[in-house]
Amino acid sequence: MNKSEWPLWEVFIRSKAGLDHKHAGSLHAADVEMAIENARDVYTRRQEGVSIWVVESKNIHASDPGQSESMYEPANDKIYRHPTFYNLPDEVKYM
Amino acid sequence: MTQYSFQQHFDDKIDSDNTIEAKDWMPDDYRKTLIRQISQHAHSEIVGMLPEGNWISRAPTLRRKAVLMAKVQDEAGHGLYLYSAAETLGISRDEMYNQLHTGKAKYSSIFNYPTLTWADMGAVGWLVDGAAIMNQVPLCRTSYGPYARAMVRVCKEESFHQRQGFEIMLTLAKGTDIQRKMAQDAFNRWWWPSLMMFGPPDAESPNTANSVRWRIKRLTNDELRQKFVDVTVEQAKVLGLDMPDKDLKWNEERGHYDFGAINWPEFYNVVKGNGPCNKQRLEARRSAWEKGQWVRDAATAYAGKRAARKAAAVETKAA
Repeated sequence: MNKSEWPLWEVFIRSKAGLDHKHAGSLHAADVEMAIENARDVYTRRQEGVSIWVVESKNIHASDPGQSESMYEPANDKIYRHPTFYNLPDEVKYM
Repeated sequence: MTQYSFQQHFDDKIDSDNTIEAKDWMPDDYRKTLIRQISQHAHSEIVGMLPEGNWISRAPTLRRKAVLMAKVQDEAGHGLYLYSAAETLGISRDEMYNQLHTGKAKYSSIFNYPTLTWADMGAVGWLVDGAAIMNQVPLCRTSYGPYARAMVRVCKEESFHQRQGFEIMLTLAKGTDIQRKMAQDAFNRWWWPSLMMFGPPDAESPNTANSVRWRIKRLTNDELRQKFVDVTVEQAKVLGLDMPDKDLKWNEERGHYDFGAINWPEFYNVVKGNGPCNKQRLEARRSAWEKGQWVRDAATAYAGKRAARKAAAVETKAA
């Protein structure tokens, strides 16, 4: 039954110029034109977007959640990457 | 990791109110429960278009017609968000359709009641969508990420549905004597089935305990039903309509309205397929699916042809 199913697409929407495209959801479509038109109908009925990206889901590669701990561990002990790590004297009003 | 530690990891996440995502390990029963619940929910959105579609061509004004079309289109969108969420759990869209069309999967039994007059569009929006919202708002924080995100989108869109229904009821209730009677009649017919939408009482609900444990459900059927009764009574006062329940009264001690006994045999009978419109609804879905087959085939063939043409053009260029 599955072989007749249209491929799955991931939809990314830019809500207004200047902002990133953000994942909105997914849908099935036979080709890229249909995917974009369906994305407009399904995800922008209330002016949620000014630009749409669609990517066939099979082309998305994801990190493995099972590896999350070791994957992100290197950043855990590097709080000096944040500005709040540094003490400034009170006299410095703006920095 | 051993099976035990996967389970432990999952339980810890649930207990600390973390979200489970599609690729995370999850117990089979959690997956199964979600597939059942989300697909039923999706089917309900899709079948829910039918009773309202019935009135699009007969809406009393152009404004009402545009609103009703927008609402029905939203329901289609909601169905699609939910089907997508269910697909992340490993079931295909076609398999879900198949389960609906063969009667293996259920949908909300409320949609097996007929929409007899225009006032039913008001009562459905006000009560049926009102009950749905009551149910859906806590689902925005359900433990499964893709389901929660779909519900956030649904809830944002749904509140217009209830308001437009209430507005229809208000217009009729303040209208002529015949219009007021029509509104009351629709209220009388939709009230009890709306209370049934929350599902069987907690004591008889086989899935509640696990669903609450897994934070799929945040509130039980009875808790949600009570909330719905409490807010609806106040809204009915604004409409000036009579509550269709002679046993309804404020309980000072509980701080809630007591209400009459729900006709559960009727509920189970409709779930079993013997409601007034079960056959008609399923038949409409099956027929739409079968009659759309040539469209799906044509789109697939067209996409294949264009891809082949493009590949040939690239080859020619390379040569």
